[in-house]
Amino acid sequence: MRLLLVEDDKDVAGFVLKGLREAGHVAEHADNGRDGLFLAASEPFDAIILDRMLPGGIDGLRLLETLRAQDNHTPVLFLSALGQVDDRVKGLKAGGDDYLTKPFAFSELLARVEALGRRGKGEGPLTRLVVGDLELDLLSRAVKRAGQKIDLQPREFRLLEYLMRHAGQVVTRTMLLEGVWDYHFDPQTNVIDVHVSRLRQKIDKPYPTGLIHTVRNAGYMLRAEGS
Amino acid sequence: MARAGRRRFGFGRSVGVRFAAVYALVFGLSSAGLATFLWWDTVGLLQRQVESAINVDARSLAARFQAGGLPLLIATINRRIALNVDDSAIYLVVDPSYQPVAGNLRGWPKVVARLGVWYQVPVKRAQIVSLAEMRGYQLPLGFRLLIGRDVEARARLRALVAGGLLWAVLVMVVLGIAGALAIRGLLQRALANVSRTANAIAGGDLSHRVALSGRGDEFDLLAETINDMLDRMSRLMDGVRQVSNAIAHDLRTPITRARARLEDALSHAEGDAALRAAIERATEDLDAINAIFQALLRISEIEAGARRAAFAAVELRPLLADLHELFTAAAEERGLALDLLQEDPAEAPTLLGDRELLQQALANLLDNALKFSPPGGRITLSVRRQGTMVEITVADQGPGIPPAERFRATERFYRAESARHTPGSGLGLSLVQAVAQLHGGSLRLEDNEPGLAATLALPAREPRPAPPAPLPAALPASAA
Repeated sequence: MRLLLVEDDKDVAGFVLKGLREAGHVAEHADNGRDGLFLAASEPFDAIILDRMLPGGIDGLRLLETLRAQDNHTPVLFLSALGQVDDRVKGLKAGGDDYLTKPFAFSELLARVEALGRRGKGEGPLTRLVVGDLELDLLSRAVKRAGQKIDLQPREFRLLEYLMRHAGQVVTRTMLLEGVWDYHFDPQTNVIDVHVSRLRQKIDKPYPTGLIHTVRNAGYMLRAEGS
Repeated sequence: MARAGRRRFGFGRSVGVRFAAVYALVFGLSSAGLATFLWWDTVGLLQRQVESAINVDARSLAARFQAGGLPLLIATINRRIALNVDDSAIYLVVDPSYQPVAGNLRGWPKVVARLGVWYQVPVKRAQIVSLAEMRGYQLPLGFRLLIGRDVEARARLRALVAGGLLWAVLVMVVLGIAGALAIRGLLQRALANVSRTANAIAGGDLSHRVALSGRGDEFDLLAETINDMLDRMSRLMDGVRQVSNAIAHDLRTPITRARARLEDALSHAEGDAALRAAIERATEDLDAINAIFQALLRISEIEAGARRAAFAAVELRPLLADLHELFTAAAEERGLALDLLQEDPAEAPTLLGDRELLQQALANLLDNALKFSPPGGRITLSVRRQGTMVEITVADQGPGIPPAERFRATERFYRAESARHTPGSGLGLSLVQAVAQLHGGSLRLEDNEPGLAATLALPAREPRPAPPAPLPAALPASAA
């Protein structure tokens, strides 16, 4: 993916750029709002990672508002030290697609940016998701693996749907909590792990190959063998 | 500082001086009123008596003149002079050429130029000059009559009264000024007491209090109010200090751990794998520190009350069902049962609040219940109406919190003795408490015998007033 990072802190920027490039993405960098806006407006990107407090007269919110006013709908992830609930709400209202508070784990940032970049490629409304021999029909709400019907609870269905929509990508526990349950806090208990492990019991256990993989220090990934 | 403060207010701007001036003014005005009344009542009365006596005399002498002519008038005047023992009456009758005809005055005083007007004239009789009040009257045939009274005694009395009043006014002025000064002094002393305390506190001595006079007066009342305020402030300050100490301590522990791990790895780690493992664990420690920060910031954000602007109607039934669903799997994995009890299924409790914060508060209570329950335990999540409140209770069968410690359990960083070795920051219940208070409710910790029953009591959103009676046509639809 082609990504733009607008971040004024040299250390953080260096660390993020290195990580993004290692993950196989092409990453551009701007260290102030003016350059960031110029780059974002003049070149196509799959996603933009945007700091909120920037030097150069244009802060993150202004930059994004200007961009959206120009009918540019590149997905934007805010990366900010402003972590209050109101700050997040403000960021999303200004047209942001996701909000991550500093300090952050790179794996979380990468997972979210990849999810955003994928979403940017609108493929039209889907009615059926397929990963390997696993099929999920969004209309009849039926799940089949290797042709066999699998019964899922409503929440398990939504969990699987989320994983399949992000097939081949890392999905963090926080993303699942936000995307499947719409909770914006981290419970102390490993509630997500238990739900994923239950889903695994139904999706993977009876079959020779597993589809749901645990990614160490990051989260989960749904991926067919060899894909 | 106090002196500088006093200098800053000019003399005219001092409240004490203003009070004193008002006092002196009121005192002076009432004194002047009293003196005026006294004057009118004594000197004025005498004057009026003299004038009316002269008038009466004049009318009766005029009647005599009409009845018996000049001879009768002269006889009457002579008789009256003879009868006048204290020799205070003055009479004089003159002919048209001002030649005295009768009376006890040697000639018409030049001063008395017009008739019918009062004059005060010094007259000389029997070698004694004295003051007389007199008035001239016209008689028929060009004769004139002068009637007067010796008012020397009255003049002396008037001087006496005037002198007395003057002295009295002087004394009153002195008293007024003294009283004003006394009031000013009293005010300044009372205020100096308060300002001394304020200065001491501004200077950093928070233990200073306003001294009470013990008289129970208004100033004592003020002093008590101020002292109460100072007590409350110092309690709050203690709270802040405790929190910052706790922050310092509770953050230092994981920071120390992370630092030790890194330093240990730096000097002792053998090989790449060991080094990686050490760095990984240190990163986890930093994440834990970050989580503590987040929780602290969240609590202060909630306590600041700004979230109240985002309040909306929250239906509790789906909110609880979702949480129950989220936590059931984790509970079952630990061999615990998590039950959701809703007393009256027909009732759908709703409240005005912040959905996200309510979710987080209840998740914290459920986290705790899961953490402290013994295997095989039962956790209940229940909701019921209690008057105007909705009560959501999370009850477990764990060790609970000893009654003596319950009131401290919501303090930041509080950890029960029995919880020392379970993971956690000691901020969970503080957050629940903050959320409860934000919603105008409370958090109650009770004994579940055994275990802890944590109840979040929140004001219910009253169901909307019943809609107007439905139209008959709508009935079949609602029944369907």
